[in-house]
Amino acid sequence: MSIVTVQLGQCGNQVGHELFHVLCSDALEGQRKVYSTAGCERFFHQTSRGELVARAVLIDMEPKVINQSMSRAAKCGMWRYGESSHFSQKQGSGNNWANGYRVHGPRHRDVVEELVRREVERCDRLAGLMAMMSVAGGTGSGVGTYVTQCLRDIYPKTFILNHLTWPYGTGEVIVQNYNSVLTLAHLYQLSDAILVHENDTVHRICGQLLNIEHISFGDVNKVIAHQLGSVLQPALTADSHGVYGRNPLGELVSALACHPEYKLLSVCTIPHMPSSSIAYSTFSWPSMLKHLRQMLISNTKMEEGINWQVRPPAASERTRSLTGSRFNRSLANVLILRGKDVYSAETGGLEDPALYTSWLSSEEAFNSWKSPVPFNKYEKCATLVSNSQALLRPLDNMVGKAWNMFASRAYIHQYIKFGISEEDFLDSFTSIEQVISSYKQLH
Amino acid sequence: MTQSVVVQVGQCGNQVGCRFWDLALREHAHVNKKGLYDEALGSFFRNVDSRERDGGACAVGGRIQHLKARAVLVDMEEGVVNEILQGPLREVFDSTQLLTDVSGSGNNWAVGYLTYGSAYREQIVDKLRKAAEHCDCLQCFFLIHSMGGGTGSGLGTRVLSLLEEEFPEVSRIVSSIYPSAAEDDVVTSPYNSILAMSELTEHADCVLPIENQSLVDIVSKIRQMSHGGRPGSAIKRDSAVISWEGGLSGAEKPFDAMNNIVANLLLNITSSARFDGSLNMDLNEIATNLVPFPRLHYLVPSLTPLYTLTDVNVPTRRLDQMFSDAFSKDHQLIRADPRRSLYLACALMVRGNVQVSDVRRNIERLKPSLPFVSWNQEGWKTGLCSVPPVGHAHSLLALANNTCVKLTFMELRERFTKLYRKKAYLHHYLDVDGMEQSFFTEAVGSLSSLIEEYHHLDATMGRLVPDAPRLSIAS
Ligand SMILES: Nc1nc2c(ncn2[C@@H]2O[C@H](COP(=O)(O)OP(=O)(O)OP(=O)(O)O)[C@@H](O)[C@H]2O)c(=O)[nH]1
Ligand SMILES: Nc1nc2c(ncn2[C@@H]2O[C@H](COP(=O)(O)OP(=O)(O)OP(=O)(O)O)[C@@H](O)[C@H]2O)c(=O)[nH]1
Ligand SMILES: [Mg+2]
Ligand SMILES: [Mg+2]
Repeated sequence: MSIVTVQLGQCGNQVGHELFHVLCSDALEGQRKVYSTAGCERFFHQTSRGELVARAVLIDMEPKVINQSMSRAAKCGMWRYGESSHFSQKQGSGNNWANGYRVHGPRHRDVVEELVRREVERCDRLAGLMAMMSVAGGTGSGVGTYVTQCLRDIYPKTFILNHLTWPYGTGEVIVQNYNSVLTLAHLYQLSDAILVHENDTVHRICGQLLNIEHISFGDVNKVIAHQLGSVLQPALTADSHGVYGRNPLGELVSALACHPEYKLLSVCTIPHMPSSSIAYSTFSWPSMLKHLRQMLISNTKMEEGINWQVRPPAASERTRSLTGSRFNRSLANVLILRGKDVYSAETGGLEDPALYTSWLSSEEAFNSWKSPVPFNKYEKCATLVSNSQALLRPLDNMVGKAWNMFASRAYIHQYIKFGISEEDFLDSFTSIEQVISSYKQLH
Repeated sequence: MTQSVVVQVGQCGNQVGCRFWDLALREHAHVNKKGLYDEALGSFFRNVDSRERDGGACAVGGRIQHLKARAVLVDMEEGVVNEILQGPLREVFDSTQLLTDVSGSGNNWAVGYLTYGSAYREQIVDKLRKAAEHCDCLQCFFLIHSMGGGTGSGLGTRVLSLLEEEFPEVSRIVSSIYPSAAEDDVVTSPYNSILAMSELTEHADCVLPIENQSLVDIVSKIRQMSHGGRPGSAIKRDSAVISWEGGLSGAEKPFDAMNNIVANLLLNITSSARFDGSLNMDLNEIATNLVPFPRLHYLVPSLTPLYTLTDVNVPTRRLDQMFSDAFSKDHQLIRADPRRSLYLACALMVRGNVQVSDVRRNIERLKPSLPFVSWNQEGWKTGLCSVPPVGHAHSLLALANNTCVKLTFMELRERFTKLYRKKAYLHHYLDVDGMEQSFFTEAVGSLSSLIEEYHHLDATMGRLVPDAPRLSIAS
């Protein structure tokens, strides 16, 4: 079964390119026929000449980024994008969600739908759709939202996952918090699950774990691609009976997004290290899993500066939501382990019912996937995808800043110009406040 | 990719414009080594085959045949435009792009706006339309003019409202050269500037105010540096923002050095729309990010570095220095100190080999010393363009929506009031057909209310503004 990816805007197209690169080079590494075949089928189709072509549609409202991603892929010699699987215009959406959602999206609806349809028809079986974009600009966020809506209409039963890049706190875009609130409020109604990478977090990983001095977007995107790839590459799930699971998006959604109020997924992966050090390092599953567990409950998104003091509250304390407590409660987690001796890894620590809400049993709340194939040059790799309170704080900050701006009505005229009213803003604020409130009350 | 059209009006507009085209050609020649007409080149130039009658346009991807500027040149006297037509840039303009008259506007806004504005309306619109027809995706008009004379201020602002009428979808970014208070050659410049201001406030998307005095100061600073320089600290010849080294023009006219600074400003503001980068900043992103309220669209520019030294052992600190300089008083293109006033928003447009982490580090470093309005504490917009300007490894253009512009405006109003109280030269204006005294009172009223809006925001500076109470959700 295959996944069709839609890359939108500059961020979507740059991150998407890096993702396909990781997926392809990982799949082709070494002699691992079954893994390789399963991985390739999932994300690439093969031409009669044996070339691997990404099952992707590239969309931007300006041409430069798409041109660059296409030619970089072609140059690497391992895989490429389809010659006609892209659509760009001449002029971006000007960082304005309303321009993307109200103008560019509707104007190009037919072309985009047709491109996706063609890509879907190329799949023997469609496992799902993944839309990748940032929430801060105008095209990824606005056109991305609109396209997700169209896809939902055309493929009402298909799994749709949105991969979102959240902006740096001090951003590259001043109206980023408006764009984010509008995007999230709409996607919440459309998407099956929303997987988030925060630029601040990934940037810190590049600096502190990978020791990169001048961090570029390329570096950031490699980390995102690594984490995402470790989720999406073939793995054995509990009920796949010894063969690679066939529907990663469906499995992810059903394992993690079981309630319509809770759709926000975060990811963390260990280890991350400079490629020059990988060969000299050894890892043991027990210590990796111990770290991962503590990172989860203390909401540390990087394997450094983990707060070891945080513990799950005792059963007697859990009835009330403990505001101010540092404990990060989960609704559900999927643990993905890849590499050597993976079957010996003991995952009990993450099954502890104390980590989860009272209304799901830990068997329902916790799933683990495994693959004995080392991923992306790491001998061992552990990734945790969580539906937890981990994104509560950044989300709350985002909404707080947007709301302050809205209280002064700053920048609103730019949105009104494209047909988004103050009412529309209020509706979006209301629905995101609802999400925040739900996550706050998770207990 | 999109295209932009430059509309240069009056003596100043045309002289600045001329420097812009020279440096734009230099920049593209520097980047474009293959001699092919590419998208980047296409944003300011057409490529025409001069063998064909009418100059048939050649498509992107072909060889460079004959480059024509996407420009409309307007002046109500002939001198400056004729000089351009006899100079090395004559090839890039067609007679169809030009509009001149013989007598000038006599430093009188009313003559420019009303008399010539009405007489040439059709012709101007016609030329603008022609220029627009040559574009497959026209994104922006860049209007260049001075505030002090009659043609630039009067006819220039008339052109601005024609642009709004005819091309409401296309953004209008105006570079306005403000007269220096100290030694201005035009006595009526306060009238002209005030009358032009209200048009700019109503009809422009963004205005980049530039004071001649600041340009003079920057020029003399660089000259001092290059003459009194110690060995090893000589300025690289093509790197100074006032330099024309490598351009077509040889001889230097009085304003050229100053005008090169403005030309560089225009090159840098459009670089991210023309060239690749890991974080593109299209022209329409400027207004979205920097204009929180429609009238408050005056963006103070600053350029760094002003030059690069020939010394190649440049310590890395220089990069951080570039960011600090962008906020210092003597790099601003108006005479103001933005650090002492309130920022509503700020854009950093970086060119060259600079990564996102360099920008982040510098924002974090500088943020604590810069006052931002309460609802936009993180009001930073950044763009990363990978192609540096000629002669540099990297450069930075900062655009600040900062309340410090109000000082320039207040000073202007003061000079206006001095003249107006005495009714000096007023009859020259009132004699013009269609001109009424109410133009003056309305214009100064508009300026005063603009200044008031800035005052109002300034008053919040340093005050602790509590967060707006959030929507509460019934649970
Ligand atoms: N991680 C990562 N973030 C990126 C990248 N490029 C842009 N961003 C982030 O994306 C946001 C800006 O959105 P873009 O994706 O550039 O905007 P767009 O979707 O192209 O929309 P417009 O340019 O407004 O039409 C900012 O928050 C950037 O930090 C990238 O390559 N990697
Ligand atoms: N920076 C700069 N300023 C100039 C230049 N030429 C004129 N000025 C300034 O512009 C103002 C005079 O306006 P001009 O542009 O000469 O006038 P005009 O628009 O041609 O109008 P009329 O001559 O009245 O028809 C004064 O403040 C001059 O100092 C120039 O090339 N560069
Ligand atoms: Mg973009
Ligand atoms: Mg003149």
